[in-house]
Order: sequence, then structure tokens, then C-alpha cells
Amino acid sequence: MILLQLYAAFLKIGLFSIGGGYVMLPLIQKEIIEVRRWLTLTEFVDILAVAEMTPGPIAINSATYIGYRTAGFFGSLFATAGVITPSAVLMVLAAGLFARFYENRWVQAAFTGLRPAVVALITGAAVFVGRASLIDIPSVLIAAGALLLFTSTRLHPILILLLSALAGIITGFI
Amino acid sequence: MQEDTKKTGTAKGYLPAELFLAFFKVGAFTIGGGYAMLPVIKQEVVDNKLWLGEEEFVDVLAVAQSSPGAVAVNSAVFIGYKLHGLSGAAFSLLGVILPSFLIILVIASIFAHYTENRIVATAFSGVRPAVAALIAAAVVKTGKPVFKKKQNFALAALFLSLSLGLGLHPILIILAGALLGIVLALREHRKEKGGGVQ
Repeated sequence: MILLQLYAAFLKIGLFSIGGGYVMLPLIQKEIIEVRRWLTLTEFVDILAVAEMTPGPIAINSATYIGYRTAGFFGSLFATAGVITPSAVLMVLAAGLFARFYENRWVQAAFTGLRPAVVALITGAAVFVGRASLIDIPSVLIAAGALLLFTSTRLHPILILLLSALAGIITGFI
Repeated sequence: MQEDTKKTGTAKGYLPAELFLAFFKVGAFTIGGGYAMLPVIKQEVVDNKLWLGEEEFVDVLAVAQSSPGAVAVNSAVFIGYKLHGLSGAAFSLLGVILPSFLIILVIASIFAHYTENRIVATAFSGVRPAVAALIAAAVVKTGKPVFKKKQNFALAALFLSLSLGLGLHPILIILAGALLGIVLALREHRKEKGGGVQ
């Protein structure tokens, strides 16, 4: 049943997105786009843009959106429930029982090894999304301009995304 | 999920309801998610409500960041549970996710009708390359502290080729990274032991 599949897929995504929100991207790419084929890559990039421009954690935004696109209101409910289940269970356990666990030497060691893996995964996501969205000269120019603004100015990311949208409209109409 | 998650009566004085409101505010006013939300949570929980001290908050962050899931959601559940048990956790959790959930529902139901619109379509053709750039910028940002250690560069390159070249599942890459970290620390540990350090 699709609702349970949504719950299970997002449970998996929630459970393994360790080390920052963007780690979710390769997981969604694998589970939702390649394995389940619930979305195309382009749709996913559009959802990401919307998630970046609206309040709240990207994980919740993407789960709600993808759930809705896949199976309507109940789809969004089950996907969101899935992505927050690991947080809810683990944090209650951590707060109640073993907060010290996180100071454990081996947990810290695992985390040290995880970091380069996380950077690699996010790089992979950038390559994957870049391949699908840099399709002509205007899009390459927009990406280059946006990257420059993201990395070397303090402009708010939303402003940069809105400027890019404007650039898209202008180049689309000439 | 839990006992009674319905809001009853006035918010003032009933801690779970106050938790709900505080985290609702956090969820509603932080755009972009992730680390952008942490200063807002701190302001609400430490500065305004005095629910936690500065140091306790740092502990919360350490746990929230080294666990699976969104940092904001993790912090909400952790703080809610610490202050008022399961109902505190449930109300905080609902508070932090509800704004996103409602806003995205509205957008998703409207957006479907406008994808054919030429302005919307061209706007998204401009936003897509910018999203690619945004993710690339995230690589730069997360990479900077990690690549201070030179061996991490080689490890990241290895993981990237496993991921892009062999198409390994990201879960395997994450597990491999964690395992490698433990193995490296174990070697270090052995060396230290041999040298007489505890």
C-alpha cells in the first residue's frame, strides 16, 4: 500500500540523514527517484527550491511535498510521520536515558569518519542535480552567478533563488 | 501519537502548550531550515523562556546534531522531553513541524495547477541551476572544516567514487564512513596503549 511505502521510505531517509540536512538529498535521490520512481529528478529539484524558500526544516518540507505529490493529503501525513519517527524515538531515549552515550569515544570516532562521507554524498547530489539542471548556456550562467553569490556574499539564499527565478523568466521570454 | 495531543484551554501556564507555541514560532520563522534554526531556538528557549541554561543548550545541540534527522526536530523533542516528559516532547514536535507541513500543503495543492503557466515554468528553469549552485555551496561549507585534515580529502574522494562510480547506496556510504572512523580510532587507541598512555 502506497501510504505504508511512503512511511517506510521516509523512515529510512530520516534514520540515515546524519550530519546535516543535505545528507537527505542523496537518500531521497536513491529511494524516491531511482528505486520507487515516485518523482522525476526535475520535479525533485523544483521541490527543493520550494523547500528552501519556505519556513521550517528541509526534511519536513520535502517529505510533506513529496508525500502530497505521490498520494495527496494522507501521503503527506505518512511521509512526514516517517521522516520524524527516528528523531522522536531517539531523542526521547537520549533525553531520558543515555545522553552520555553521545560523549562516548567510539561514537565520536564514528562521527569523525562520517564527515568525509557526508561531504562526498553532498558532492554527489550536487553533480546529480547539476547534470539535470545545467542544460543550456543560460542555465550554466545562472548556476555560476548563483554559486558566486552563495559563497562570496552574505545575501540571503532566498534572495539569490528569487534573482535566479527572475533571470529564468527574462531569458525564457527573449 | 501520545496521550492527549489536543490543545485545551488557554496557553498561559500550561507548559506543553507553551512549548508548542515556542516551537511553532521557531518552525514558522526560520527559512532554509537546518543550522539557520539554531539561533532562533536558542533565543526562544534560553533567552526568552529561560527553560535551559547556555551550557545545557550546548549539550542539547551536541546530541541533536549527532543523531539522525533534522536538527530542529531533534532539538524540539529533546527539549520538550526534558521539560515535560512525553507530552512535552509531543507538543514541541507538533509545534516545530506544523508550520512547514501546513505551508507546504497549501503550496503543493496550488503549484500543481500552475506548472503549465509560462511564467512559473520559466521561473523554475532559472531556479533549478541555482539549486544546483546552492548544493555546491553546501559542499564548500561542510567541506571546509573537514578538509583541514588532509587524509579526509582522500577519504571523501574515495567515497565519492564509490557513490558516483559504483552507484553504492548512500546508506552504505554512511555506514562505511562511520565504521572507518571507528577503525581508525581503534588503531590510534592501540598505538597510544603501546606508548603507555591510557
